[in-house]
Amino acid sequence: MGRQAQGQVVRLHEGIQPRNRSGLDIFGDLRKMNKRQLYYQVLNFAMIVSSALMIWKGLIVLTGSESPIVVVLSGSMEPAFHRGDLLFLTNFREDPIRAGEIVVFKVEGRDIPIVHRVIKVHEKDNGDIKFLTKGDNNEVDDRGLYKEGQNWLEKKDVVGRARGFLPYVGMVTIIMNDYPKFKYALLAVMGAYVLLKRES
Amino acid sequence: MNTLLSRANSLFAFSLSVMAAVTLGCFVTTAFKDRCVPVQLQVSRIMLKNVEDFTGPRQRSDLGFITFHITADLEKTFDWNVKQLFLYLSAEYSTKNNAVNQVVLWDKIVLRGDNPKLRVKDVKAKYFFFDDGNGLKGNRNVTLTLSWNVVPIAGILPLVTGSGHVSVPFPDAYEIMKSY
Repeated sequence: MGRQAQGQVVRLHEGIQPRNRSGLDIFGDLRKMNKRQLYYQVLNFAMIVSSALMIWKGLIVLTGSESPIVVVLSGSMEPAFHRGDLLFLTNFREDPIRAGEIVVFKVEGRDIPIVHRVIKVHEKDNGDIKFLTKGDNNEVDDRGLYKEGQNWLEKKDVVGRARGFLPYVGMVTIIMNDYPKFKYALLAVMGAYVLLKRES
Repeated sequence: MNTLLSRANSLFAFSLSVMAAVTLGCFVTTAFKDRCVPVQLQVSRIMLKNVEDFTGPRQRSDLGFITFHITADLEKTFDWNVKQLFLYLSAEYSTKNNAVNQVVLWDKIVLRGDNPKLRVKDVKAKYFFFDDGNGLKGNRNVTLTLSWNVVPIAGILPLVTGSGHVSVPFPDAYEIMKSY
């Protein structure tokens, strides 16, 4: 009941605990929380994660592409795109593939998507398309990158067509890929912050 | 607002917001601009051969050779949000095998700050004009157009075709003797 002078014997009443004099009081917060507040914190965290996931999946449906935002990884499209730039893709079926478009495609058997420009298109009456790509900064076309014996790409290889561009923002992803310890450290700090910080 | 860390934090957050706002402004002010410009194209020489396609599919295909002139003034397409223009001259035609064929014959990068007036004369195609098959022989209507891909500093990547094209017929016979 009220403040007691330091050093004297303090009668502990229910719910009142001696104040911690140190500055960093995160674990003090955790001890003071009861079950309901802990559940609330976890729910808060789950809301943030599921909102992010919903936005991402929503974008996938809206654009028709399995990967609507990609980071440019190589310098094969310089001076237009540099390593670390962000590209926004769409992949609508009705849009035919035409020469000059920038497509992001995956070679069969390889995971890494490639961002290059279409330089040749041959489309049949029934809609079957085969096309050839080349990076702006490369001397030769991409046939060296395709599968052994493959000369053309088809619609099924396309992840999307580049429609929008944002410079430099993708560098964060590249840093996190090249230094995985940084990624884990960042996630750990963010998780700890969200779980332990109380709404005062 | 009185420790170094909280001041640095606010400063960082504010500068990020300002940069995002300026980027959005750049994008919104130039997103709906019409970037079409008149282009003059002329073809001076055409030749047709039939050889094995050494660039890929090893089948005998028609190989076309074209020499052309291009004149265009691209000054109107440049503004504060254009990083470069990727120009490409493409030949479009129809054959028995394929309804739509497009082959890029020549391209050029015009960076921000470069001379926007384009004037090239007597230029040969940069890339081999192989058809998928033998569809160039006697083809009455091969259309050449100049298009450009506008690469912004931030924003949309539109493909614009210049107004002005030239349609040429290809010869009915293969050239065996002469080289281009």
